[in-house]
Parts: sequence; C-alpha cells; structure tokens
Amino acid sequence: MGLIRDNRRGGTVHPVIRTILQRLGLGLVTLFVVSLILFSSVEFLPGDFGEAVLGQAALPETVAAFRKELGLDLPLHERYFEWLGGILTGDMGNSFSGRGSSGGSDRSRPVIELLAPRLANTLFLASMAAIISVPLALFLGITAALYRNSIYDRTVNALTLTTISFPEFFVAYLLILGLSSFTKIFPSLANISPDALFWDRVYLTALPALTLTLVIVAHMMRMTRAAIINLMASPYIEMADLKGASKSEIILRHALPNAWAPIVTVIAFNLAYLVVGVVVVEVVFVYPGVGQLMVDAVTTRDVPVVQGCAMIFAATYILLNLFADIISIITNPRLLHPR
Amino acid sequence: MSNENNGKKGDILLDMRDIVIDGYSDDRWHEIVKGVDITLRRGEVMGLIGESGAGKSTLGLAAMGYARAGCRITSGSIMFDGEDLLAKTEEERRALRGTRIAYVAQSAAASFNPAHQLIEQTVESTVRRGTKSEAEAKADARKLYRDLQLPNPDTIGDRYPHQVSGGQLQRVMTAMAMSPRPDLIIFDEPTTALDVTTQVEVLASMKRIVEHFNTAAIYITHDLAVVAQMADSIKVLRYGETIEDAETRKMLDNPEKEYTRSLWSVRSIDKEEERSGDIILKVDHVDASYTGSAKVLDNVSIEVPRGHTVAIVGESGSGKSTAARAITGLLPPSKGQVLFNGKALPPALKERSVDQLQKIQMIYQMADTAMNPRHTVRDIIGRPLEFYLGLKGRARDDRLMELVEMIELNESFIDRYPAELSGGQKQRICIARALAANPELIICDEVTSALDQIVQKGILELLLRLQRELNLTYIFITHDIATVKAISDQIVVMLQGRVVEQGMKSEILSPPYPEYTELLLSSVPEMDPDWLTGLLKARSEGASATNR
Amino acid sequence: MNDNDKEDIIPSEAAELADQGYSAAGEVGVIKSRRTFTQNVWRGLKTAPPTAVFGLIVISIYVVFAVFAPLLAPFGEAEIFSMSYAPWSDEFMFGTDQLGRDVLSRLIYGARNTVGIAFVTTLFAFTIGGGLGITAAINNNGWLDNLLSRSVDVLMAIPSLIFALILLSMFGANTLNLIIIIAVLDSTRVFRIARAVSLNVVVMDYVEAARLRGEKMFWILYREILPNIMPPLVAEFGLRFCFVFLTIAALSFLGVGIQPPTADWGSMVRETAGLIQFAEYDFTAAMTPMLPAAAIALLTVAVNFVVDWFLHKSSGLKD
Repeated sequence: MGLIRDNRRGGTVHPVIRTILQRLGLGLVTLFVVSLILFSSVEFLPGDFGEAVLGQAALPETVAAFRKELGLDLPLHERYFEWLGGILTGDMGNSFSGRGSSGGSDRSRPVIELLAPRLANTLFLASMAAIISVPLALFLGITAALYRNSIYDRTVNALTLTTISFPEFFVAYLLILGLSSFTKIFPSLANISPDALFWDRVYLTALPALTLTLVIVAHMMRMTRAAIINLMASPYIEMADLKGASKSEIILRHALPNAWAPIVTVIAFNLAYLVVGVVVVEVVFVYPGVGQLMVDAVTTRDVPVVQGCAMIFAATYILLNLFADIISIITNPRLLHPR
Repeated sequence: MSNENNGKKGDILLDMRDIVIDGYSDDRWHEIVKGVDITLRRGEVMGLIGESGAGKSTLGLAAMGYARAGCRITSGSIMFDGEDLLAKTEEERRALRGTRIAYVAQSAAASFNPAHQLIEQTVESTVRRGTKSEAEAKADARKLYRDLQLPNPDTIGDRYPHQVSGGQLQRVMTAMAMSPRPDLIIFDEPTTALDVTTQVEVLASMKRIVEHFNTAAIYITHDLAVVAQMADSIKVLRYGETIEDAETRKMLDNPEKEYTRSLWSVRSIDKEEERSGDIILKVDHVDASYTGSAKVLDNVSIEVPRGHTVAIVGESGSGKSTAARAITGLLPPSKGQVLFNGKALPPALKERSVDQLQKIQMIYQMADTAMNPRHTVRDIIGRPLEFYLGLKGRARDDRLMELVEMIELNESFIDRYPAELSGGQKQRICIARALAANPELIICDEVTSALDQIVQKGILELLLRLQRELNLTYIFITHDIATVKAISDQIVVMLQGRVVEQGMKSEILSPPYPEYTELLLSSVPEMDPDWLTGLLKARSEGASATNR
Repeated sequence: MNDNDKEDIIPSEAAELADQGYSAAGEVGVIKSRRTFTQNVWRGLKTAPPTAVFGLIVISIYVVFAVFAPLLAPFGEAEIFSMSYAPWSDEFMFGTDQLGRDVLSRLIYGARNTVGIAFVTTLFAFTIGGGLGITAAINNNGWLDNLLSRSVDVLMAIPSLIFALILLSMFGANTLNLIIIIAVLDSTRVFRIARAVSLNVVVMDYVEAARLRGEKMFWILYREILPNIMPPLVAEFGLRFCFVFLTIAALSFLGVGIQPPTADWGSMVRETAGLIQFAEYDFTAAMTPMLPAAAIALLTVAVNFVVDWFLHKSSGLKD
C-alpha cells in the first residue's frame, strides 16, 4: 500500500494531464492511420484508371504526364509525406473532374476550393440540428429515466425506437410530404446560394435540419436514458435516499456530478453520428455540402476529392470523441484527486 | 449526551408488528418477510441474524419505512417513537431518514458518492436538518472521527472515498450515521467485507460510539459471534420468519431451537490431528508474480503429507490463493519448483501431462461460477470420467451414480442444471466432479466460506469422510479459523506472500505465537459477549506494557 | 424428506427441516419448474407484449415474400413494359418505374435481394467479428488480443458510412464488394461485443476448471463459452442486422450500393424520388418512392421491437 502510494507521488505529472496527453497521442495516431488508409486508396486504383479519368482518347504521353503529376513515379514514402504535407498546409491536390483528354489540369479545380464553401454549409446544417437536438434529447432522456416505466417513458421509448428504425431518407421524404408538398411551409430543396442571407439560410435549411434532429434525438434520448438509469442504480444514490435527501437533491447533488462523463459521451457520440447522417440528408435535399460532394466524387471515382472529404469527416469524428474522452477524464474524481 | 433524544432509556422506540414484505422475481410477487415483530427500546441494540435469504436486510430497511425497488411492505405496522411510519407520507418519512434513523451499509466503498469529500457527505443530513451550522457540524464530525479512532481525524474528511481504505470508510460511514445524533441506527452487515483483523477494530469503534451516545441500533449480520459482541438481544430469522428471540447471553448459553444451535455448528467439529512423514506434494522455495508487478509469493515452501489436510490460512492479499495457482500451474513460479510424488511438475499448465493433471484436482469457493450453467449434473460429472478414464455409455452412467451417492445425493439430481440446486448441493457436485478424476490431491479454495453454517458443517463432514475412505490429501485454503480447526492436520499461516509459520495444528493454535499469528487468531470473534471487551482490554494492556 | 424440488416447497416447511436433522438432498434449492423448450417458447409468446407480436408477424411476412418472391410477384424482376411511370392501375398495382418496370414485382423481389444481402452481410460480420472476439477474449491481454483490439479501435475511429464510401470508391461499387466491405466494417462492432461478453465468461471458474482438466482450446470455446454467450449475441445479431440493413439501404440510395438491374429498395427510392414533387397533383405517384422506403422502415421497426423484448426478457429488469 505504502509502496504504491510513494510511487505515484514520485511521478512528476498529474494523472489528469498524463491521461489527457495519452488520449491526445492516441487521437494523433488514429489520424495518422486514417491518413495512411486514405493515401493508399490511390494505390489500390486499377492500373487503367488514368484512362478512366482522361477518357479513351487520351494519348499514352498524356496518361504518363498525368501519372507524373500525381507523383506515381516517386517512391511510396516520399509521395506519402508530400501528400500529408500538402493536406496540412491546405493543399489537397486537384480534382480529377474537368480534365479533358489533353490531361492538363487547367480546368480542374483544386480540391480545397471545392471543399471550403461546402464545409461551411455542412457545418451550418449540423450546428442547426445540434442546437435543437441536444437540449431536447437530454430533456427527454433525463425525464424518461426519472419517470421510468411511466406512460410518458413508454410512449417516448416506443416513438424513439420507431424513429431510429427509419432510414434517414424515409424521415426526410415524410417531412417533405407533410411540410412541403402539401402545406408549402418549407421548401423541399435546400439549394442555398453562397450569398443567401442568414435567415434565408435558416429557412431553406429547416427541413434537412429537422430530419437530422429527429434521427439524432431518438438515438441521443435513448442513450441518455440508459446512462441515467445506470447511474441511479448506484449504491450511493440509495444511500442518499436513506439519508433523507429529496428527489431534487439526489439528482442535483448526488447524480449530476457523476453524470457529466456519461452525458458528454452520449452527446459527442451523437454529434459524430450527425457527421454521417449529414451525407444522406444532403443528397435528399440537394444541399450543397461536403456529404453531397463526397457522394458525387465516389460515383465518379474522383479520388482526391474523396480523400479530402473523408479526411474532414474522419477528423471531425475523431476530435469529437477525443473531446468526450477529455471531459470524462477531467470530471473523474478518481483522476482529479489521486491517492 | 443524547440531548436531542426526547425520551429516556427504556421507552419503546421502535415497534414493528406483523410485518409482511413482498419481493418481485420470476414475474410475480413472493413473500420474503412473513409477519415478523420487532420491539426495540431506547439505547438498546438488537441483533438480527440469519443466513442468506432470511430477509434480514429487507426488514432492517423496513424499520426506516423504506422498501427497495422490487419490494413492497404489504401489511403490518411500524411505530417509531409513537408515530406510525406507514401512515405517514413519503415526504414525512424522508424527513426522519438520515436524521432520526440512520443507515450504515455493507459496502462503504460503493455507498459513498465518489464526487464529494467525505466530510461533506458526513454532515449532509445534519446541515439539511438545520440543527447545526455547517461549521459546527464539521467540527463535530472531526470529533466523531477522533472518537472512532480514525487516523488524522482533522484532515481525513477532506479526502475522497477512493483515497481511503475499506475499514476506514466503514468508520467514516458510522460517523456519518451518528452526525445528526439519530435515535436509531441500522447497521447492515457493516463488517462482512472486511478482513478479521480490520473487523475487530471497526467493531470496537462502533460499539464504543453507540454506547457513548446511548443510541438504539439494529445490527444485521450472518455471523453470530460478531453480533454477540454488539447486541443486547438477538433475533434469529429464517426464510422471513422469526425462529428464536432472546437476550444475547441466554441465547448463546441455552438456545431453544436446533436451528439456532446450527448457526455455530462448524465450531462443533474438531478433527484429531495425525502426523505423517509421507510427503505427496512439496512446494520448494517458490517465488511468483503477475507480469510486471511485485512478488505475490516470496520464497514459499510447503510440505503436504499424503492422506492428510494442510490448511493455508491468511487474509486477503496474503498469497494463499496464489499458492494454489502456482501448484496447479495456472501461474508458473518464477523461481523454485513444485514436486509431486517426489518428481518435479512442469511449471506451466500447458506442459503438464493429462496424467499429472488428473492427480491434482481443484474445488472452488463459488460453486455457482465453478459449474457451467448450461451443463447438467450429468455433463459436469461425466466429462472428467470421459476425459481422464475414457468411460462411455453404461460404464460412465454407473460410475456417475456411484459418485452421486458418495456425495449423499441421489439419482433425481442427475439431469438438473446448476440453477436448480441449492448452494450446498452445488458444492457437493463440484466435489463429485473432482472425485471423478480419481485424484490423489484436492485443493479446496475457500470451499465453505460462501455457505450457510449448517451446510458448511455438512460439506466439511463429507470431505472428512471421503478423506478416510479414499485416502485423499487436501490443501485447504481458508480465512476461517473454525474451519481450520474442523478439518486440518497441519497449518500454514501466510502474510504478504510469505509463510510466517507452519506446523501441526496443535502447535500453531497454542502459545507461544509469533506476532502475526497471535493477531490473526485473537481477532476471530468468539461466541462470548465479553470477548471483544476482554480482547481490547488485553491489547491496550499489552500496548502499554510494551510502551513502558 | 422431500427429494422432489420440482414442486414449490414452501420455505417455512424447509425451516423445520433443520429441526428434523440435516440432509443434503433435502436442502431447498432455487425453486424452478422445469419446462421443455417448446413449452418455454409458447409461454414466452403468450406473455409477449403487442409490439413484439407485431414484430414477429411482420418478420414472418417478409420471410415468406423473400422465399417465394418468384411465385408471388406478378411480373419479372427486370421485365420492362412500354410505359414508364405508369400510374397505379389494375395491371400495375403500384405503377411502373422510370424504365417501365412493375413496381410491385420489384418490391417483392426487393424483399429477397435487399433483406437477403443484408442478412448474408450480417452473418459474415458475425463469423469474422464473433470468432475473433471470442479468440481475443481467451487470449485476454496477450499479443493477439492487443493487436486485434487496437486495430478495431482505429477502424472504429472512422465513421463506417464514410469508410464504406472510401472503400467503394477504391474497389468499385458492386454487390460482392458491398457485402465484403460492410461485413468487415461491421465486424469491428461485433468483435467488441463478442469480446466483452466472452470476457465475462472466460473469467468464470468453470472455464478455469476446464483448463485445469487439460481441455483443448476448441472444446472450451465450443462447449464452455459459446452456450453462455448466445443470448446476448442473438440480440446483437438483430441490432447489427438493422444497422447493416440501413447502411446498405443508405448506400444504395446514394447510388453506390446494390447496382441495377437488381431490384433493391434503397435504389428504388432513389430512382423514383422525383415523383414526390407531384404529391398534390397525383398522390399515388408520390407514394411510389415511399413504398420501398416504408418497406425498409417497417422491417427495421419489427426487428427492433423483437430485439427489445428479447433483451428485456434475457436481462431481467436491467434496461
């Protein structure tokens, strides 16, 4: 006992900082591996992809020049670091589309130029969905857990179970039918232009944001409920009850300080899920975001664009999870107050 | 001292009449407490004793007007200080809890909120009640910590639950219960999770403080010797009904019911020890450690004579179970060797031959987890018959029947699943599984400690009979001295991975003792209400004698 | 002495046993009435909540349609008629699609294709993930466990729909690639579950007892571990199926999943989605893309209801 304690005191770094650094390190490693996978996606392309991109009419010299532009003549590791360096400095290469059989890149646009405005749109849509869904889901989840097995709980439960079973596009079309086709409250297409005003944007984005909200709320509410029920089953909650604490005291004083970690984890997990959900929803509503760009790029096998979009999605996903981890760490009394 | 208790000693504080409590399981309600009465006077301590399933914890919580989720109080009356708790609203009952009736739980580590400092939790109820300011309550809490002999009483309250040891937490919880100066405290198995040497200290602190404040208490436990130290009177419960009810001394001296006597039945077995020079197993200067950590066995040597029993005794963390793992090859020794019938066994399990494995069998503490819940008794006992002896079909079934009869069960058990057996029957099936291999040595790892006393006695007698009939050798790992007396010929005492003492039972269990053995033996509660007082007196005299 | 525990022994009688003397066989065990498997199933069904009954009925109907698709469908899967976007009529109950194929027939064939592909993919994911998960649990903290667990951590750090899109752009979108890619990606989640539930079993003394007896790894896996992890894995199979089914539907909807001319619900939604715009003029036309979407939703709801009930039953009160 004494020995262990001395060893821990001997460490120079506070456990919270040490654990956070570990998680950050792990996050970086993951990003690195993701970048490797994305990079190698060019390698896996079949040999004749130059022709596929440039068309049958392309001259062999043009194809060779194109390969050279992609750096396929350089050794693998050199190419990787060049590519990675490019990504880090905002240069993601040029799109394959727009290349004529001449192979010149004059008409093909840099990936970053395609991505930047669409990323802004996607972030706008995701934030709108998040702003509505996070408070709503937490409220529903916590109340359902507290009034467990009540009619309210069962209704919310059955409704959310149904919602999570629906494919996103089904929810989207139902909303379009209800709120657009018949009632004309919202437009069914969300093809916002770059110079649209803020409230116009909100109006145009309403249906896609609502679709995402419905899907996310269902997931988030169920997870919140499970986390709270799990917490309320702890012996120290029963002890608080036996000490005569009132229901509000039990929740605010005894449950809440221990609930941050599970709740933040649920939120982060669902925001990360939002990142994925956005793809389908953007396609349904023809919303000019990263998701739609990526799907188009996948269909045309425009690899640089796919790489760029995927890197953005993966990084967001990893960062959100990292954020949740860090919150769990800094609210954990065992780490905050080491022996 | 008990200035807030507006009654005097001897008045009836708690009067529970004909309490019936239902519990929900298997899709229906079952009665788990069936019409029990409790009468408790101010300043009196009542022991509620019973084995698993007796309904004692449920009854204890009912004294607070509280029923756990999945339980409900269906009838009866609970008069606390002249007021009917069941007639009150939940809010009114809540106002009593934590202020006039307090609770001390079994698992202190889980029952403290990990997010708050201990002192905050200690004074929570008192401050809510408003009889003391927060500063006063905290000053009082520090005083209580001191009274309960906690180390660093002025600062220990600033710590968080995970920073404090189990025995200390249990005392902090007692201080938490005492802080609002309740009329009644419910102690729910508060020392069950502690080692014996820690248990003595915690018991002593609790006894002292309850007497000091003249608080009434209900002390719930399954250990009669423990409750005898704390309680003025004892109520024995079984399956939710009262078996016997008497003043402590009277119950110990002259129990009326056979069942009550059976509560200390293990103590009635005493094996004549026998000497033998024929060594079947020799653990020779063995060191072992789990990867990367400190040694859990340090130069351990043990000799086991054929046809006899060696008991390995020690508290949690002493390395007694690790010794078994080293013998069986689950944890290969890093140094030294294990000799069986004079020949060295390969250190790792994988390198041992089927023949070597067959000769050494093991029986576990928790029969529940030692049997696959998806196998029937036939599969469980039949597998070693098939695996080691190649028995099939009729021959296998015949041997199976023999074994089942050997463990005093019958044919009707053969097609049951473990869930359809009682605790004692499960352990018997595990014994039969070990016997099926025709072993020479059986390692018994705390095989009786999860069982009720009367069942323990049955198992121990069975093991003794089998030893006589089959000339079996046992290594018996336990922390319970009564069990050691009942079964062993030789004793090995372990502490922190080392053997502190070994020898014949009579030598170990009689003075002069080495220091640790003395501490261990003297800490085991005896069936004598004066034992704790006497022990503390002797220890304080001993301490002052050495200080001089 | 009462040797027959199959009947409910009233514990107060048992309390008297002690006074009459002790007998091991007379000890009261947990009282449980024995039922046969079919009795249990029947009893379970009778006590099932309406949602679960609904789910079971829906699933059965889908299975019938999937199995007997060629008999039930009025026309062939890819049979093309002269009129595209034909309205709902007696001949074409739900009209025809953009190429003039009968929507009803394609819906029925879709039950076979879409559900079948999702089912095969889930099975495949379970074979890989389940096998590796149990192996990792037995090898707890060994090099294999660490290697597998870390790889899974990394794979799971990328959202699976995005990962699937990348891989499909690399290898090309066809049904076989789709099955392999989704199965491999989804096996990571199965791996985690299988490993976690097996770990709970692996630490049990009965597994140690089997090792001490000298049993081979396969026997331990097959006889000791597998029977005990089946209930959670069965429930997980239902959940994973829903997830895989929705993922494949989403990919097909995006045009990178199941490829034409195979009749598939996700692609059908995509192909006729434009009709929704005409809802106020021709309601039935607008319903054409909603039918396959609803078919997907209904099956997922049904499976979720059944899994929910199963989880509730097998875990007792735990939510």
